[in-house]
Amino acid sequence: MIYIFYITLVLLTLGMIFSIIRFVKGPTAGDRTVALDTMTTLMVAGLVVLAAVFDRLIYVDVALIYGVLGFIGVIVIARYLEGAL
Amino acid sequence: MSLYEIIGGLLSIIGASFLFLGGLGIYRMPDVYNRLQAGTKATTLGAMSLILGVGVVKMEDHWSWIVKAIIIIVFIAISNPISSHALSRAMYHRKKFPIIKSSDKNMDAYREVFEKQEREKEEKK
Amino acid sequence: MITGEFYVLPLKTNNYKHMKTLTLSEKLTRFIINWLFLMIVWFAFTTSLSAQELIAGAIATMFISLLTISLFTCCTFKLLSPRSLFYMSYFLVIFLRELIKSNFDVARRVLTPSLPINPGIVKFKTKLPTDFAKMVLANCITLTPGTLTIDVIDDTFYIHWIDVKTTNPEEAFIEIAETFEKILLKIFKP
Repeated sequence: MIYIFYITLVLLTLGMIFSIIRFVKGPTAGDRTVALDTMTTLMVAGLVVLAAVFDRLIYVDVALIYGVLGFIGVIVIARYLEGAL
Repeated sequence: MSLYEIIGGLLSIIGASFLFLGGLGIYRMPDVYNRLQAGTKATTLGAMSLILGVGVVKMEDHWSWIVKAIIIIVFIAISNPISSHALSRAMYHRKKFPIIKSSDKNMDAYREVFEKQEREKEEKK
Repeated sequence: MITGEFYVLPLKTNNYKHMKTLTLSEKLTRFIINWLFLMIVWFAFTTSLSAQELIAGAIATMFISLLTISLFTCCTFKLLSPRSLFYMSYFLVIFLRELIKSNFDVARRVLTPSLPINPGIVKFKTKLPTDFAKMVLANCITLTPGTLTIDVIDDTFYIHWIDVKTTNPEEAFIEIAETFEKILLKIFKP
């Protein structure tokens, strides 16, 4: 069973590498924020898988809080780019 | 292998592949709006499926895994489209217009509204 | 005021100013629904049924829902009738089907070497009555195949479409939003 989680973690890391390339390359601030948004979701999923691998329920709570903070961060950056803050 | 582990493992693998495709889509698409399309859709279903899979696998140990997994799934399904909508509108208001391949003028229906709002801003100043 | 905007984000920012004149029964309904919802979330967080946890949660969620009465604009008790509960579960099934379809669509586009896209922005009008229903429709459109809501002004939706088939508003409405709007009208206008 543990090997299935290893496979998912490898796939998540590959996706993360592509978004990091976009984060570094992205011509505008919007592209970088899109990459950040994707990375947040990937990280939430990764934390849940790690919680299952280490068998610690508390990591799931960490994942939820990470998701909430990432969402608020993206919203604030978007409002700032729009010029509404 | 129990039934829970087979179902959960399948869901996890499917979810992880969609998350990978989301990352690839972010890398390959040509402009911000198409990147948002690929990123939002693929990562939403991918994260939902992966987290549900982990919850189903761990449900044998304790029932609170699946409850917390469902809370995270609902939160992701609500928050992802909202943040992508906010980003797309912000980018349009920063004058990063979408790539349009055909030369039809009706293809950008939001342009007139945007120009009207800009004019109103100028008049206020 | 960013908390207010979260809830009605697809809409204009000054749309919730008229909320100041609420009658007592409206306030009470909102307070109770809000409190119940927050208690469910609290229970999902703690996942224990001991009396200490439940009392602490009840007090904390009561204060939060008292403070946010004017921000929660969505629900009345009509939404809990069996009829609209049935349509809600039907809506969920349709939504999941469209979500899975849209993911295979994205996967096909991303994995094709030549990137088969023809992007553009279209608009259409909706008949939905309340702001909350419009927000639900906007979020659903974002998650269905090839479409992304850019803005909602009054009752006009502006949609970025990855593969434009038509620029006519009526045809675009039939293509994108008709299935969802039919069910949403039944839920929100019983």
